[in-house]
Amino acid sequence: MSLVTKAPPAAGSAPAGARGGHQKGDRRRRALGKNPIGLLLSAPYLIFVLAVFAWPLVFAVWMSFHEYFFAAPGAQVDRPFVGFDNFREVLGDPDVIRSFGNVGIFLIINVPLTVVLSLVLASALNKAVRFRTFLRVGYFVPYITASVAVVGVWLFLFSGAGLVNQILGPLAPEPSWLINSQWAMPTIALFVTWKQLGFFILLYLAALQNVSQELYEAAATDGAGKVQSFFSVTIPGVRPATVLVLLLSTVTGANLFTEPYLLTGGGGPNGASTSPVLLMYQRGIEQGSPDVAAAIGVLLVIGVLIIAFIQRQVAGGDES
Amino acid sequence: MSPRKSTSKIEGGQLDRGQHILRGIVLFLGALVFLFPFYYMIIGSLQKSPDPTVAGAFPNPANLTLDNYTAINSRVDLVQGLINSGIFTGGVIIGTVVFGVLVGYALAQLQWRGRGVTFALALLVQVVPFQLLMIPLYVLIARDYGLADNYLGMILPFAINSTAVIIFRQYFLQVPRELFDAARIDGAGELVLLWKIALPLVRPALLTVILLTFIGPWNEFLWPFLITKEASMQPLAVSLANYISTVAASAANPFGAVLAGACVLAGPAVLLFILFQKHFVATNIGSGVKG
Repeated sequence: MSLVTKAPPAAGSAPAGARGGHQKGDRRRRALGKNPIGLLLSAPYLIFVLAVFAWPLVFAVWMSFHEYFFAAPGAQVDRPFVGFDNFREVLGDPDVIRSFGNVGIFLIINVPLTVVLSLVLASALNKAVRFRTFLRVGYFVPYITASVAVVGVWLFLFSGAGLVNQILGPLAPEPSWLINSQWAMPTIALFVTWKQLGFFILLYLAALQNVSQELYEAAATDGAGKVQSFFSVTIPGVRPATVLVLLLSTVTGANLFTEPYLLTGGGGPNGASTSPVLLMYQRGIEQGSPDVAAAIGVLLVIGVLIIAFIQRQVAGGDES
Repeated sequence: MSPRKSTSKIEGGQLDRGQHILRGIVLFLGALVFLFPFYYMIIGSLQKSPDPTVAGAFPNPANLTLDNYTAINSRVDLVQGLINSGIFTGGVIIGTVVFGVLVGYALAQLQWRGRGVTFALALLVQVVPFQLLMIPLYVLIARDYGLADNYLGMILPFAINSTAVIIFRQYFLQVPRELFDAARIDGAGELVLLWKIALPLVRPALLTVILLTFIGPWNEFLWPFLITKEASMQPLAVSLANYISTVAASAANPFGAVLAGACVLAGPAVLLFILFQKHFVATNIGSGVKG
């Protein structure tokens, strides 16, 4: 940082006219920073973030408090403020309550499984010497492949007469996995865990590089075994990554759409695997009530924020 | 004390080797389990009639055919789907590389008002669930701007990948600032600096960013599904999903046709990943998300 203050004034950053008046340049520097061109270079990105994230976010909240419906572009229509009516409608809807419950089931299975498997696999991969390329490809390929593509295989594997049931024989659930109201959601949770694990392994692999080797040596001289040092050195060492993995896997769960839409034919059987985002699509776009869909979305964000806050409290934040 | 310690060390050594081999076997078997659905996808796409028995998991020359690929191609225009996916993905990659380099450079090497806020936004945006914005984005892009069934409408919400912005920033941070200061004294403008000095230095980051950005739009389903109703505009992921959810039941060998389509959709991404997997480095992605 000291380098920055000592650096000579950038010739390219200030227009030629400003070079004469030293005081004028100073004032400009205070207002816009030393290299105001930085703002210019970032402008397209800032406009993008405002247009695609910030404004739609505000719009979604606005929509959830108004009676909003699709109208022809340019048509002047009255969209009255309705207070909490949309929220009341959503909370009184058993389908919506059920979809939130389904996501709860999903998260209870998916999040712990993801954290444990990705941490264990990452620390094993970190030490592996042979077949590194094969192992990397093996664990990461599901993550880089389209859900739509691998859904096809899972439909085949988990169908009534599919390979999984053939292997299980009499142990196979009846009716089969994806059309069984008990098993539909857990199967989806398993699918998503398998699909996303590679990404979380990558996060942990990066975090493991920051765990000091000396701590392992110190643990070893204290007589700690492999398992002990995993618990006393590795787990505390990657805590910031764990907070991130918890957060991102929760967000992934809240975003669930493609899997129930395709794997269980639109949230079946009888809504046992409907997700809130699937309902947002059905209510908002298929049935033309974007205001109700926006209300579901706002509730979902609040839910994610609450869960993220609890996770942060439990898992601990950054070192601070 | 010390003799006991040395014996435990020897034991530890033997234990080490045993654990080492065990770890290797577990990792190897785990990877096979992870890869099996892909193997099964290829086998299934080549079967004349779907064989879900255990024996069906092994290739049987009597039951092999390429008919499923022609079957899916007659229902879903695979080439048009691939072209649409390619335009969608290409647009996102161009937007991300061009504008991402500019922001990444500004964030790493320039001092300006709003830099901290911009960086915080780039981090924040990555945890905003896109699905929650889908209703307002649909209203804005499809209804208000009339960009339904349009490549621009497809690309817009993904136009600049924020993870890529942060990776570019990370790379530009590694370029010594003195290099730029020296060039500035020589009177070079910021854009010249960016083009002549910064860009050649971050060339390795380009491939990582392109690979990382590729998988987003190529695999994206929900947004193009919302915004394209015309079959000729749909990316392959959307047309294949429509086939799975509606028409699959009426085909002679639905699984075979679905799996053939799945192979075509998965192929380019998997191939790119295997070819360039060294560039898909843990530290890059990690720094991308952690900042």
